[in-house]
Amino acid sequence: MTLQTQGLVAGYGDRRILHGIDLSIVPGQITAIVGANACGKSTLLRCMTRLLRPEAGEVRLDGTSIHRIAPRALARRVGLLPQSPVAPEGITVADLVSRGRHPHQGLFARWRPEDETALARALEATGTEALADRAVDELSGGQRQRVWIAMALAQETDILLLDEPTTYLDIAHQVEVLDLLCDLNRNRGTTVVMVLHDLNLAARYADRLVALRDGRLHAEGSAEEVLTESNVEEVFGLKSRIIADPVSGRPMMLPLGRHGMLAGIGLAAGVGA
Amino acid sequence: MSPLSAPPLSARLAASRSAGLRHHRRLLTLLSLLLLAAAALTLCLGQSVTPPADVLRVLAGQSVPGASFTVGTLRLPRLLLAAMAGMAFGLGGASVQTLLRNPLASPDIIGITSGAATAAVFGIVVLGLGGVPVQLLAVAAGLGVAALVYLLSWRGGVAGARLILVGIGLSAMLQSATAYILLKAPAWSLQEAMRWLTGSVNGAQLAQALPLLLALLAFGALLLSRSRDLEAMRLGDDAAAALGVRLGRVRLLVTLGAVGLISTATALTGPISFVAFLAGPIAARICAPGRPVLLPAALVGALLVVLGDYAGQFLLPARYPVGVVTGVLGAPYLIYLITRVNRTGGGLA
Repeated sequence: MTLQTQGLVAGYGDRRILHGIDLSIVPGQITAIVGANACGKSTLLRCMTRLLRPEAGEVRLDGTSIHRIAPRALARRVGLLPQSPVAPEGITVADLVSRGRHPHQGLFARWRPEDETALARALEATGTEALADRAVDELSGGQRQRVWIAMALAQETDILLLDEPTTYLDIAHQVEVLDLLCDLNRNRGTTVVMVLHDLNLAARYADRLVALRDGRLHAEGSAEEVLTESNVEEVFGLKSRIIADPVSGRPMMLPLGRHGMLAGIGLAAGVGA
Repeated sequence: MSPLSAPPLSARLAASRSAGLRHHRRLLTLLSLLLLAAAALTLCLGQSVTPPADVLRVLAGQSVPGASFTVGTLRLPRLLLAAMAGMAFGLGGASVQTLLRNPLASPDIIGITSGAATAAVFGIVVLGLGGVPVQLLAVAAGLGVAALVYLLSWRGGVAGARLILVGIGLSAMLQSATAYILLKAPAWSLQEAMRWLTGSVNGAQLAQALPLLLALLAFGALLLSRSRDLEAMRLGDDAAAALGVRLGRVRLLVTLGAVGLISTATALTGPISFVAFLAGPIAARICAPGRPVLLPAALVGALLVVLGDYAGQFLLPARYPVGVVTGVLGAPYLIYLITRVNRTGGGLA
């Protein structure tokens, strides 16, 4: 199942955020969207799930404009975990994850055995089955994020979009969440598209990187192709060194600032005081 | 715990799900029984005591000397109007509170009830209308106020806090408009004036119950049919839209249904204070978390008005309209909510 955007122009009111994005999401891969704050990463994800209607251009799922697909039918094929969803006060984990079944159920639909199976699978895949009866507001940040991912999984979509799934998590939980997304991609073949802030984690976990700059596609490709010193400078306005990550073998970005560096390095890069 | 002895996950989930469902059904049954008991109390016990057997005979349509008038003409219409108005306020209030994800965003706080009351008084006093035209006018005014609140708080999107503050301002304006019209009216009894200021079911007639019943059936069915979408919207607009909820359509239908209910009830009983505001949070507190609160809120609303009216008539030193009693209950909760907002340091939203 392929998700494509063509000439996507979108924004909020008078403020235009995206200025013509042509992007193809490769099925079965993990894509990370990176870029500076307010460059349009979230807006792009919102357009890809009908949350925002583009001013021009379109988003296509297997060639059909997603605005010609009914919202519920689309929600059975493309899932989105927004940046800050709200857990109703006191709701249990099982209850919250069950809500992922919403697009699969009719107006007064009863809970069917296949809903129960999907719920159990989502809890198991995210390692949250032991938490099923706990209240979501009692959980740690990392557990809570796994529960939200479980809800998106219960939706059983082939494509899963995540808007900054690791924000507000400590580094151990960030790695835990990204490992989980990798497992889903490997075991279920789910196409994962996520907005990430951490370039090095993006390079390590994603098959493809997409770099946005001021609402335009700046670079797209493998981590080696996208995470370069010139791209980092153009996209973030930051000088950097790229080395090979000794753990993953992927590129790793080391930022150059005005302080905290060995003598000579800043001067050579032209950023020293 | 060995894998052999532990039941499979889906069986455990199913068991806890059906336990939750049973609990919810028991709660609904309990609330219905309480309402039935309250109804029996108000029918049998007033200024005089009517034996239950006589009450039943009057309900069955027989003529019972002494009881036919007290029960059939005085108590029964009053009870029906109180119970149905309470359901309308409770259901409408809880729907809007859920839609806007804020207990302060209740129709009686954000001016919809006041708008309906002003329109009803205007229709009766200035235009000389009565009956169904007054109700239609009230519904139109309620929708108008809802649209106005929405427009005035629109800044490229609606923020809860702005909407609530705009609504509180409008509500205050509309209440003074009601008071102004009442003062200009040729001759009003204090009881009638109180109806339009705080809500009352005094002088209820059986004929008034029918339009309210129709409104409850039509608008109530509309709201309950959106119950699952509303539950999804509690996760936030983006999360709900990602689950396939048509946000615009649900907002429109729920606003229509809630305003229709609240305005019809207001045109008959006046703006019974704080019932719409209180019923949802009370229902949410007694339900297990994450359960849909619309139906329990309707029952809680009915209980509040029926018992409030009974207390206002017989349990207090003087006779008070029901709105005074519910107002005394609701005001402290409003203050509590606002102080809690200030303590957490967040906005109203």
